[in-house]
Amino acid sequence: MINYRKILNNILMGKRLDKKDALTLYQEAPLPELGDTANQISGRFNKTGFSTFVIDRNINYTNICQTQCKFCAFYRKTDSPDAYVLSSEEILRKVEEAYNAGATQIMLQGGLNPDLPFDYYIDILKKIKSKFRIYIHSFSPPEIIHFTKISNFSIPMVLNKLKDAGLDSIPGGGAEILVDHVRKTISPKKISGTEWLGVMEQAHNAGFKTTATMMMGSVENFGDRIMHMEFIRSLQDKTSGFRAFIPWTFQPGFTELGGTKNSRYDYLKTLAISRLFLDNIINIQGSWVTQGKDIGQLSLWFGANDLGSIMLEENVVKAAGTSYQITRNEIIQLIRDASKIPAERNTEYNIIKIFN
Amino acid sequence: MKHTYHQNLKCKIQVSTSYGDFQLNNNIQLINNKILSGERLSKEDGINLFKINDIYALGNLANNVKKKKTGDYVFFNVNLHINLTNVCVSRCKFCAFSRDKNDKDAYSMTADEAVRRAIDSLPLGITEVHIVSGLHPDLPFEYYVDIISRLKEKMPKIHIQAFTAVEIDYFSQISGRSIKDVLIILKNAGLGSMPGGGAEIFNSKVREKVCPKKASGEKWLEVMETAHTLGLRSNATLLYGHLESDEEIIDHLISLRNLQDKTDGFQAFIPLPFHPKNTEFENTHKRPGAFENLKMYMIARLMLDNFDHIKSFWIMVGLDIAQLSLNFGVDDLDGTVVEEKITHSAGAETEQYISKQELISLIRETGHTPVERDTLYNVIKIYKE
Repeated sequence: MINYRKILNNILMGKRLDKKDALTLYQEAPLPELGDTANQISGRFNKTGFSTFVIDRNINYTNICQTQCKFCAFYRKTDSPDAYVLSSEEILRKVEEAYNAGATQIMLQGGLNPDLPFDYYIDILKKIKSKFRIYIHSFSPPEIIHFTKISNFSIPMVLNKLKDAGLDSIPGGGAEILVDHVRKTISPKKISGTEWLGVMEQAHNAGFKTTATMMMGSVENFGDRIMHMEFIRSLQDKTSGFRAFIPWTFQPGFTELGGTKNSRYDYLKTLAISRLFLDNIINIQGSWVTQGKDIGQLSLWFGANDLGSIMLEENVVKAAGTSYQITRNEIIQLIRDASKIPAERNTEYNIIKIFN
Repeated sequence: MKHTYHQNLKCKIQVSTSYGDFQLNNNIQLINNKILSGERLSKEDGINLFKINDIYALGNLANNVKKKKTGDYVFFNVNLHINLTNVCVSRCKFCAFSRDKNDKDAYSMTADEAVRRAIDSLPLGITEVHIVSGLHPDLPFEYYVDIISRLKEKMPKIHIQAFTAVEIDYFSQISGRSIKDVLIILKNAGLGSMPGGGAEIFNSKVREKVCPKKASGEKWLEVMETAHTLGLRSNATLLYGHLESDEEIIDHLISLRNLQDKTDGFQAFIPLPFHPKNTEFENTHKRPGAFENLKMYMIARLMLDNFDHIKSFWIMVGLDIAQLSLNFGVDDLDGTVVEEKITHSAGAETEQYISKQELISLIRETGHTPVERDTLYNVIKIYKE
């Protein structure tokens, strides 16, 4: 039997995919066969067969950032004319708008701003929770590490204080590619891969559920992507704290790194392999935000069971020149047109409403 | 906790099947058997194809047919599109390109301008000039003949693919000549082959609603039959995603298949998704999505057993879907189209130009061998790794 076919069959029989075989799949397996297998495996994880989405608002509280990653078009230096920090009043107004528009989740994500004290974040969390019944999915590992530095608290202490103030779960941003030689090129000042994984492990131990992301298409090769997934799979074996894996692609517009986008074809291929490789993560998210509606829709046939958020606000990808917008009705139609059943979920992946 | 989900997989191999699923699997099996034994799909089979929503089941069938026809080749050509005028008496409701003569943004090229544009594009390595235009109320038939002869004279080696069946029918009306005479005159002037546009959907009831003033489906087929008989090869198209039903699409494909049995003059079939932006249907219709577009390619590949090529017009579906379609039955990516106005008037956000190198690398990424062809599918160059 052809090598890749044997590997795909083994996966269907329940065998764990190793790094070497994942590379063989990447190099040899035709996309439809990869997609078909990923789609079948996805069906086994999601017995309801729903393709889900969540309604949220992503509030970027500041664009001032010390890290200044080369792949990022969003950050500004403190003295830049378009640098900003949102006041807690402004943030509350945005939360209220989102709440009234039917959002169930708020994401707070921002640059690592040296001038904001830890209390700024605690204060915002408390204020949001005192006014709204809304799930707060916020602060990725680089922000958590930043908080330890500005507060002199340990990671577990920061996590506990955030939890007490109202933080519900932690997004998987800042993972990029968890292989250090890649990080050195694209984000030398950002926390290391080990640190990212360390924060996630401690967050899981503190009772937080989180997600994990991967940014592909910058300078890494496929081996690096698999190594990245291997790191995440190993930690998940230990903690079971990841709810979802979210691969997306580097958006080169207006960034220091520049270059071209990797193809949608490569995205779908990697998405399918991630579904096959991450046999201990239930949800895989397709990225219409970076891929557009067409490929976002097809991602549901290439291993994704979720399209993430319809995002009432998104600034980071937009800063890199990619802007796709979608309404609730559009995403429902998009899913239906792919002959899948749309359902709205909350952050915990519980189904809120089925659109049959 | 280790491997929990992973182990669950092992005991979840059996799949629950409702009667509907069973019927569908049965249909796939029947269709598969027919294709394997070289038997033609019926109208009923065609309608059933629309009910199969597993793109991999359909894709596998379509891909096998594609492989039998063209192996691992994927074709492209390097061409220049010229739209001579946007003034059109037909004013089809799905069209965002056409204008009335007195509209501010109406335009018509002079023969000189058209010829100059073609000459300017020669350094790009074009092998084809592709001309499709509105039905202009005042320009005489001689204008078109003149352009063809002058192009042929200036660039005798460049193939001229021009004038849809609808334009040919219109030339026959404005010149008082028969369709056959119009075609003979154009052929003698240098016309090499014809594009497949204007077919839209043959069903007369739908046609009356979306393009009441356009030549009928019968007329379109009659022009093509005449052209093929005269040795002019052509393409064929279908416009889908407006008011038509699945059955009407299948009828359309079967009409093409029947004519192809008779003449063998069609080269490629090109399904065209309707772009509603800036048309009467803007608020009631949405552009067919990626899933529908892929499905249309696969259904076309399976129904049109006597067509050698299924082409993705990437200008309309976007490069991403065009590239993906190569794994779902499509074997032709049209050209490195240099200039295109019709789809872009309807809000297509796709690129207007792609370099040969980009086209080659995106074909390679899908595991196929890129082949540059001329208009008549003669191989110009095979791009081996």
